[in-house]
Formats: sequence, C-alpha cells, structure tokens
Amino acid sequence: MAPQASSISAALREASLAAAVALVLALPLAGVRLPSGAAEPLAFRPWWVVAAVLAVFVGRFLIALHISTRRPRAFAAPPLFDRALGAMTPWRRWIFAGFIVAVALLPLMPFADRRMIDLGSLVLIYVMLGWGLNIVVGLAGLLDLGYVAFYAVGAYSYTLLAIHFDLNFWESLPLAGAFAALFGVLLGFPVLRLRGDYLAIVTLGFGEMIRIVLINWSDLTGGSEGISSIPAPTLFGLSFTANPAAGETAFHQFFGIPFAGVHKLIFLYYLILALALLTHVFSMRIRRLPVGRAWEALREDEIASRALGLNPVMVKLSAFGIGAMFAGFAGAFFATRQGFINPSSFTFIESAIILAIVVLGGMGSQMGVVCAALVLVLLPELARDLAGFRMLLFGAAMVAIMVWRPRGLLSHREPSVRLGDRAGGAP
Amino acid sequence: MAYFLQQLINGLTLGAVYGLIAIGYTMVYGIIGMINFAHGEIYMIGAFICMIAFAVLGFMGIASVPMALLVVLLLAIILTAAYGWTVERIAYRPLRGSFRLAPLISAIGMSIFLQNYVQLLQGARVKAMEPVISGGFVLMRDGSFQVTLSYLQLMIMSVTVVLMAGFTTVIHRTPLGRAQRACEQDQKMAALSGIDVDRTISLTFVLGAGLAAVAGVMNTLYYGVIDFFIGFLVGLKAFTAAVLGGIGSLPGAMLGGLMIGLIEAFWAAYFDAAYKDVAAFSVLVLVLIFRPSGLLGRPKVEKV
Repeated sequence: MAPQASSISAALREASLAAAVALVLALPLAGVRLPSGAAEPLAFRPWWVVAAVLAVFVGRFLIALHISTRRPRAFAAPPLFDRALGAMTPWRRWIFAGFIVAVALLPLMPFADRRMIDLGSLVLIYVMLGWGLNIVVGLAGLLDLGYVAFYAVGAYSYTLLAIHFDLNFWESLPLAGAFAALFGVLLGFPVLRLRGDYLAIVTLGFGEMIRIVLINWSDLTGGSEGISSIPAPTLFGLSFTANPAAGETAFHQFFGIPFAGVHKLIFLYYLILALALLTHVFSMRIRRLPVGRAWEALREDEIASRALGLNPVMVKLSAFGIGAMFAGFAGAFFATRQGFINPSSFTFIESAIILAIVVLGGMGSQMGVVCAALVLVLLPELARDLAGFRMLLFGAAMVAIMVWRPRGLLSHREPSVRLGDRAGGAP
Repeated sequence: MAYFLQQLINGLTLGAVYGLIAIGYTMVYGIIGMINFAHGEIYMIGAFICMIAFAVLGFMGIASVPMALLVVLLLAIILTAAYGWTVERIAYRPLRGSFRLAPLISAIGMSIFLQNYVQLLQGARVKAMEPVISGGFVLMRDGSFQVTLSYLQLMIMSVTVVLMAGFTTVIHRTPLGRAQRACEQDQKMAALSGIDVDRTISLTFVLGAGLAAVAGVMNTLYYGVIDFFIGFLVGLKAFTAAVLGGIGSLPGAMLGGLMIGLIEAFWAAYFDAAYKDVAAFSVLVLVLIFRPSGLLGRPKVEKV
C-alpha cells in the first residue's frame, strides 16, 4: 500500500517532534565533553548533536510511516517467530534431542579447538544459570535480581572448602549447593511474604551486600584480590596434570595416551554439560510434582492458590532455595574452571545478564534460555571490537524486546498441566 | 557530643538528597505500581548536566556565583526532566497493561543503557569540579574539634525544605495533584471522569526527574566528583528510603531519606565505613520483616 500524503505529513510532524526532543537530550551530554584531568580542555562537539538529531529524525519518520501504512492487526499474519515456533512444536522433543547430541559431540569434532571448547563451557555455565534462575523467575514467578549472590556463595564455599578442608571437587560440590540454598532460604524467609517488586529490590541489595562483604572480609576471602590456585576437579581420582603428584594417577597415564592440555578442557566441558542437563531434567520433572504445580499456580494467581490451601511462603521458599542451589553448583564449577576467583566476577551486571537470558528467552521456556545464552554470551565474545557498545546495545535490547515481545522471544509456552487432553487421553 | 552533632548535620544533608530522589520513586510507584529502576540514572544525568553547565558557564566567563547557581539549577531541572519524559515514553508507556514484571525488566534495561550512554559520551573516568561555595558557620567548639555547618549544607537543607513544601502544595491543592491522586486510586475511573491518564503519568515522571536533577546538582556541589556509575548505589538507597518511609507516601519518602542518611553517617562514624551500605540494606530487610508497609504507609489490601 502506497503511503498517502496525509500519513507522510503526520509522520513528518512526529519526526520533527522527536528530533526536537533529541536536540534537547543530546545538547548537554553529546555536545560537550567534560575534561577528565586539569590539563584537558573542555571540548565542544556540535557535529555529534547534528548526527544524533538527524538519526532520530530519520528513524522516527520511517517508523511512523511504517506504522501508518501497516495493515490493521486483526488481518495481519502472526509474527514470524510464532509461525516458526508453531511449525516446530510437534517436533520439539526431536529438535531438543538432536541439539543435545550435537552439543555432546562438539568437543570430539575435528574442527573444535581449545578456544571453541572453552567458549562452549562458558556458554553452558550461563545456560545452567539461566535454567536455574528459570525455576525461580519462570516457574515460580519471583523476580530475583541478586542471583549472582548465590553463584558467588557457591564459588567461594567451594574454594574455601577445597583450600582449608582439603575436600575434592566432588565432595564439596554438594556442600557448595547446600550453602547457596541455605543462603537462599535465609534471605527468602523474611521477604517472600511481600509483593514481587520488594523481593526484586531486596535480592538486588543482598547481591551488593555479598559483594561488599567479599571485598572487605580480606582474612577469609582475600579481599578484592580474590583467591587463586583453586584445585582442579578429578575424574574418579584421575587428575589432568602433566606430572601428577606422588600416589596420584593422571588421566593420560591411566589410558596410556600422550598428555594434552585439551583433555582438561574437554573434561570441564562435559562436566558443565552434565550439570546443566541435571538442572534441565530436574526442572522438567519437578513441574509434574505437586511442588512444581504449586509454583506455577502461585505464579498465575496467588490469591486463588492461597484460597485452595497452599502456603505461599513455603512454596516460594522452596523455589527460591532450589534455584539458589543450582547457582551454587554453577558457582563451584566456575571456581574450579577459572582456578581463581575475585569479587569482580559477581557484580550486578552478571545478575542482569542471567536475568536477560531468562527473560529474552521467554520465561519458562527451556530452549529459549539456550538460544538467549548463545546470543548474549557468544556475540560479545566474537565482536570484541564493539566492546564499548556491548552493554549499551545490551540495555537497549532489553528495552526493545520488552516493548516488542513482552513474553520473550520463544514465548510459546506449553502449560505443564491441563484439564482434559487435546489427544483425548485421561487427565 | 560535638562529634555527634557534626555527624547529625552530615547525615541530615545526605538524607535530604536521598529524600529528594526517593520522592521520584514513591510518586511513580504510587501511580503505576512499578519500580522505576532507571531513576538513579536520571539522578546521575542530572549531576552530569550540572557539571557540564558549570563548565560551559565558566567557559563563557560568567563569574557571579548566585547567578550561575540559578542558571545551572534551572538548566539541570529542564534537561533532566526531558530525559525523564523520554524514558517514560520509550520504555514504559508501551508496556502499560502488560504483565507485571515487564516494565521492571524494561527499566533495568534502560538503566544499563543510560549508564553506558553516559560512559560512552563522557568517558569512564571520574570528573572533578572546583568547589563553588565554601565556608560556613562554626556552631560549637570542643577543644580542637569544630562543629561546622557549611553554607552548602545549609543551602541543601533549605532547598529541600522549600521543594518539599512546594510539592505538598502541588499534590494537595492543584488540578495536577488531584489528577495524580485520582490515577493512584483507580486509573480506569480517572480516565472515565475526563483525566488524561497518560499525560498525568508523564508529568509525574517529569516532576520526579526534576527533583532528581536538584539532588544531582546538590550532590555535585557537595562532593565535587562524579562518574557514570554514581546512580546505581544512590538509586538503590533512595529506593530503600522510599520503602522505609512507606512507598506511595511523600512525607514518608522524605522521612525515610533522612533516616537512611543518618544511619549511613552514624554507621560510618562510629562503626566501619566499609560496611555502611550493608547497614542501609539491612535496615531495608528489617523494615520489610517487621513493618512491610513502611513507617508512614498504609497496608494495602489486595483485592481480586
């Protein structure tokens, strides 16, 4: 449909208004640059303002024109994403299974090098964190802005247990999860009686508190230096070093193959893959248990669930604690993968990234988390040149996706329980 | 005693600034029930605009301090209010009536965006400014220790008091305030009786941003250093103040701000300065446990 003259002039009016606002906004911050030191002069940048105003004018004009010429919503086809998802839904299980097989085979492929395997395990950490947070945000509907605090608790408790009590990775992994869950319960207990937004802010404050304590309690945590030389995990007692200590057997000696540094990376990759799949299977199965159903019921309508006799505090607390536990596991893995930890790995931005993975993926959607983690972790790694713009685009994307698809990218969510059955089976 | 008095003055100054920001949180929460997470960033932008305006005025050779102060204050309020309006228009208005967490997540995205926007435009390093107002009254002497109330502290407190009085009048006496209170109670009903709800919400953001700009100007004058990250912690504490005072209540926001400022000042003076933020958040958790509706708030009954 060709744009009409009236819609063009309306779009021009809109665009001029937007450009005027952009002028006001850009004038102080883009037009003038403050000196950072005494020697530097004040710099004026008129062209930056002109560029910003022009960009806003053109952009707003095109958007307004697009909206005015678009056919009314009712006749429009469903968005591309929904159509693609609809077509994929019957094959969901197969696609997921194929994906898992592909991920499992990745390190064995001839083209997989060290960097790729390392990146793969980084992505898997975020997938696992995303799935863990999905239990809290997606299933139980509790907004947790301090998820990284439990990640930090897991990482530090693994490190301290390994260093001071000489426990190996497999002994301290469950303890790290338990500590994180304990923190989750302790924090959740007072706050979960309140509305969701309070929980968001308190968890955010708690995340900051943990970080401040980690920085200042130098005797225990090494302050902002952190702790280094964290022991690496072993495979049934087989270590991954070139020259194992006396009485230990190394992986390459046991199997009689030459030593290669990549073995450890591959082992770490499978370790986090197993942990992530554990999280996935757990959250898929728990949806069918009474407690999982209670989470979803509470998310949809708290008053109705309360009327049906659910105790909201206990139900929410279980979700919060279990979510924290998986963050603790992931934290322990993170510590052992890095070999050193410090508080700067556990800032609010990490929480925001994990939350963004869950939200952008479509809350409650397991596959969506994987896609979002791939995009959010891989893109910045691949586009190092854009490092300065990375977080700017990240924030803008969060806003844009909320405005465009408030339910997330892959928001085609199947209810876990339904009355009756589409195929006509027994409920 | 003298030390105590000095900390009291410092704490009240700090608290006045928190209070001004907390009003922005509490008004927005009262009307649309969302936490405007980007409000701390609006305050940060206000601080930047203040410093830029001073730099430009200095460049143009305007030396009269009262004149410059007035111009800077007005510029900061107007330009920051424009930011507040734009943020609401872009990130929150399209989400009205969406599911509950959507605006909050959008606000977090906005906050990350604004931080990096300022960082890209102005650089990541700390910006410093010469003090504009110096000197003060010596209230008391105790040996070598002097209790001083600087002119700047006096100015911050009096500006806050004037703004508070003005705001209370706006909310209780003007058509805009009436519209705001109507929207707070029932948006649909307010719209039916001829109130432009969108406009009222926009104006609420503009007013909140204006107050945040004043807070930004005051803090820039007081400390003289700013960077792109100052909005995060201050915003968090101001929100704590709003919750402490009872969210949705204007006097509550001011009271909460003063209490957070005092707690922080006294904690830093008598205990461990490194943990002063932990103290402020612990207060938030304690308040939520024992008095979830805040000091001056009314408990809200949720209806179906």
